Amino acid sequence: MLTFAMPKGRIFKEALLLLEKAGFEIPDEFVKSSRKLTIALPEAGLSFFLAKPTDVPTYVEYGVADLGIVGKDVLLEEERDVYELLDLKISPCRLSVAGKPDWKPPLYPRVATKYPQIAERYFKEKGQQVEVIFLNGSVELAPIVGLADRIVDIISTGQTLKENGLVELEEITTITSRLIANRASYRMKSKRIMSLYERLSEVIQEGAPT
Amino acid sequence: MTKLRSFEKPTGFQDLPPQLTRKRRKIEEQIRQTFERWGYEEVVTPTLEFYDTVGKASAIPEQKMFKCMDHQGNTLVLRPDQTAPIARMMASVLKNEPLPQRLSYHGSVFRAQENEAGRNAEFYQSGVELIGQSSTEADAEVIALAVEALKSSRIESFQLAIGHVALLDGLIRERVEKEEDILRLKECLGQRNMVGFRHELRQLPISEKAKQELETIFCLRHEQAPLVQISQMTSSSQVLTAMDQIIETWNHLQAYGITSHLVLDFSLIGSIDYYTGVYFEGYSSNLGFSLLSGGRYDHLLASFGRPLPATGFALYMHRVMEASDLQVDQPQSVVLCYTPEKHEQAIKKAMMLRKQGQAVVLHRLDDSEDMGELTACFDQVIWCTDEEE
Repeated sequence: MLTFAMPKGRIFKEALLLLEKAGFEIPDEFVKSSRKLTIALPEAGLSFFLAKPTDVPTYVEYGVADLGIVGKDVLLEEERDVYELLDLKISPCRLSVAGKPDWKPPLYPRVATKYPQIAERYFKEKGQQVEVIFLNGSVELAPIVGLADRIVDIISTGQTLKENGLVELEEITTITSRLIANRASYRMKSKRIMSLYERLSEVIQEGAPT
Repeated sequence: MTKLRSFEKPTGFQDLPPQLTRKRRKIEEQIRQTFERWGYEEVVTPTLEFYDTVGKASAIPEQKMFKCMDHQGNTLVLRPDQTAPIARMMASVLKNEPLPQRLSYHGSVFRAQENEAGRNAEFYQSGVELIGQSSTEADAEVIALAVEALKSSRIESFQLAIGHVALLDGLIRERVEKEEDILRLKECLGQRNMVGFRHELRQLPISEKAKQELETIFCLRHEQAPLVQISQMTSSSQVLTAMDQIIETWNHLQAYGITSHLVLDFSLIGSIDYYTGVYFEGYSSNLGFSLLSGGRYDHLLASFGRPLPATGFALYMHRVMEASDLQVDQPQSVVLCYTPEKHEQAIKKAMMLRKQGQAVVLHRLDDSEDMGELTACFDQVIWCTDEEE
């Protein structure tokens, strides 16, 4: 049995679609009802549970899930000791610095973000001294109400930024979802993981834009 | 920062209640016996070392060390691993001992962790170092001993993955020129980031064939070791030497009869720039974390002025304990209940039983006491009272 940690929200539907394309039959109840947190597919030898996206690498590092699907943004932020096996190329977006269109470096630069580690590292590498402020959500609010002059956040269409009168100032990196594996599972369940890996990578090759 | 409450302890440090301590002692005893039977003698190294000597030589990055200062202003570190202090011993107190030296240790190492959850700051390690031998027999011996140690700790289903750092280095170096590109590729492998490795590879100005070769060897898991493929794609003497070493080591391991516990995986790298040859990690099927790691480190002893080849491994005991099926029963114990006037007799009797190897607790009888509660904690109750006579 392989146990999968799946991220709730944005990535979930796309990840399920990918698994279906790879030949796994996912019951409708799992797709539609986000209340059901666990599901088993005994014929396929798989079981899934739904977790908060930022927690997926933690479940996988501890081995309560053999595999997980999670955005690269979370992997960069959490730095968990797991195998990053495959770029699933789903839920593409950018991790960027954003601010008001007329942004100029202020005397006391402050950056609000859900990704404090990534923000710290990025500005350190750029040689900029900034104060990083951790927020749990609605980060776009920070420049509007004056908590921070810039934000670091993920941007997919840019719509949310636009609606709040913000623009993308610098792109930090591009983000897609990844298949990750626990270190011990990667060894002890290597055959099953590799067969799943191969099924998924075939589907990704087919769907690749290039 | 909230005020410390009286029961708190620093993050990452652990209390071991009696049950866990018993289990650790028991497992450590099994491992100690195994090490002894293979001719490894135990040494003890200091808890504090100088940063400039052991700290700098250690495979553990500086930011993970606990530091303090002595009264002369020297920076001290809490021993971050046991290998560097043992290397220092080899260049000092053990300088005139005959080679090779087979040494073992059981003790705590200390690492400051950035993320708290589940990452210990102090952890107990048992391990060995085989110093002064560069042969593949030595590489095979420590791997075989690691397998024995896991077996003796009653870990049922486990696997050791073996790589070779010089083979990895040689294969990349044969195809990639720039030192910074080589380092980036190695860093990806070190972080087990296969996606990153393929991404970096694609960016490099090298032939498609070379990219394909590196991806095949390092990113795909093989049913069998891709030794034939490697031999067809290389003319590097470093890689060929490493391959011979791998094959020889494997043959020795076959002689030990343990290859069913082993797989080859050439993407393994360990700490970058520390290991020089064979490198290995151990896993069991009932724990998500690695149980041990080790390998050949032929450059370390030179930093203490005594260049010698060496190999060894360390078991992470807190994880071995968690993965182990070893059942540790509470030792049989006897309570000897006495009335005050019989105290002397009770002591004599207890001493006699203790000499015979019994665990005996002396207990003065009190009228108001609930005897049921007391006797429930012990396997046997002996009375030493007036009524008895």
